[in-house]
Amino acid sequence: MIAHAVFFYLFSFIAIVSAIMVTVARNTVHSVFFLILDFISISCLFIMIGAEFLGMIMLIVYVGAVAVLFLFVVMMLNVAQQKNQWFSASKSSSHIPIGLLVSLIIFFELIIVIGGWKYKPDLLNSSTIVISKTTTNTHSLGNVLYTDYIHLFQLSGMILLVAMIGAIVLTFRERVGLKRQSYIKQISREKKDGVQLVEVESKQGVKIDA
Amino acid sequence: MNSLYILFDEIYKILFLLIPVLVTVAMIVWLDRRVWAFVQKRRGPNVVGPFGLLQSIADALKYIFKEIIIPASSNKVIFIIAPIITMTLALIAWAVIPFSENLVLADINVGILYLFAISSLGVYGIIMGGWASNSKYPFLGAIRSAAQMVSYEVSIGVIIINVLLCAGSLNLNDIVLAQQNMWFVLPLFPMFVIFFISALAETNRPPFDLPEAEAELVAGYQTEYSGMMYAMFWLGEYANILLMCAMGSVLFLGGWLPPIDINALSFIPAPFWLIFKILFLFILFALVKAIVPRYRYDQLMKLGWKVFLPLSLIWVVITASYLLYFDLLPAQI
Repeated sequence: MIAHAVFFYLFSFIAIVSAIMVTVARNTVHSVFFLILDFISISCLFIMIGAEFLGMIMLIVYVGAVAVLFLFVVMMLNVAQQKNQWFSASKSSSHIPIGLLVSLIIFFELIIVIGGWKYKPDLLNSSTIVISKTTTNTHSLGNVLYTDYIHLFQLSGMILLVAMIGAIVLTFRERVGLKRQSYIKQISREKKDGVQLVEVESKQGVKIDA
Repeated sequence: MNSLYILFDEIYKILFLLIPVLVTVAMIVWLDRRVWAFVQKRRGPNVVGPFGLLQSIADALKYIFKEIIIPASSNKVIFIIAPIITMTLALIAWAVIPFSENLVLADINVGILYLFAISSLGVYGIIMGGWASNSKYPFLGAIRSAAQMVSYEVSIGVIIINVLLCAGSLNLNDIVLAQQNMWFVLPLFPMFVIFFISALAETNRPPFDLPEAEAELVAGYQTEYSGMMYAMFWLGEYANILLMCAMGSVLFLGGWLPPIDINALSFIPAPFWLIFKILFLFILFALVKAIVPRYRYDQLMKLGWKVFLPLSLIWVVITASYLLYFDLLPAQI
């Protein structure tokens, strides 16, 4: 049991420190790296409480895909410069009240959740899901996700799909004058379409790209 | 006292796995170069040791004694961490590979997800190395590599779903045992082909070695690395390739199972079957390197997103419908 406690405190210490470092780090790319470290230690905590499926999905989705895109954006946009401007410019003070408001809301929500957890434990027991010790948690998760919660599951899938299409529509711009390679065009090209005999008048020249 | 015993026992097991893997990685570099040379009617490395077998050891020694140069304008901490991450990730994934029914370091419930997660983390070694070098070629190589690996991971994930549908478990040993009657390569042959090609892209092997395309990017993300740090990138890359081969043989070629369930074949111990299959896949990898030219970047992206992803998604639907219709879904546990 001691080993369990040691590992729990190790992972939660790393998680908290790296979460603080995400906001404190000067370099934005470093912040993203700390965020990744945070994700990894949280997935370790998931695995420690026996939710190995959630832990692995956390690694695959957040660390393997989302954080890579974060890193992409941060590296490409050179956010470091912008950030310095925000904090030094005179208008930076307008961001602070909004930020404070958002963090206050999140803080109160957390208090409500944790308070409910501590003082109203019967709320947790109200769910009808049977958690058995013998099945793996992948099986038990699949059993409820695709039966009792199928509509919510499908709905969240639809929301993600709409968000994805929205992002594509927002950023899509049709570029004119771009020559695209088309395999079918290349393969089906024949001699009679490609070669053309043209009578060229003397001193007139010929227009090729008609 | 007892916990100390367990600790030493585990360390002994880990070393017993890691040292053969590392030696094999060194040997596999030699094999790769030999196969490459034979295809092109050259001799390949044949001077150091019998058949040139010790060439990789000689190379590794050379790297160890070379100076490590850290560029002055690089981000030093990340620059040093990057090859270590590549190497570590390539090695820790071996913990879940089953060499026989009992010979597996960590027989976890979500083995295949673990493998997938670790291989998706592999991109960080490359991004960190490319960014920390603070130089244009490594950076371009890293960006290319990140986009490429993320794209091909998607189709590998969907292919894994196909196998899971047939096996009914995320545990690697259960997946192997589910192939006792028929290897998954037969019913899922198109998926095996797509997996093989995606594995080439995932490990930055030719014809998808754009992150280190020497004609455009010098050596991609490795440009600024030297000495032992370069060697770690290099070993990590080959360990990753071997891992992909192991993953392919566990998912499709029946892992440690012999081809036919007869007594004559069961005389060969189970781990050897897995090793044969890994070697077979690796020789295919090496042959591909020798015989195909490099892809253009837009072709690579097109292949990943517009060909492989729809194909493997459709195949998921086909597999699921087939299993459901003929009532072949694996039994509930």
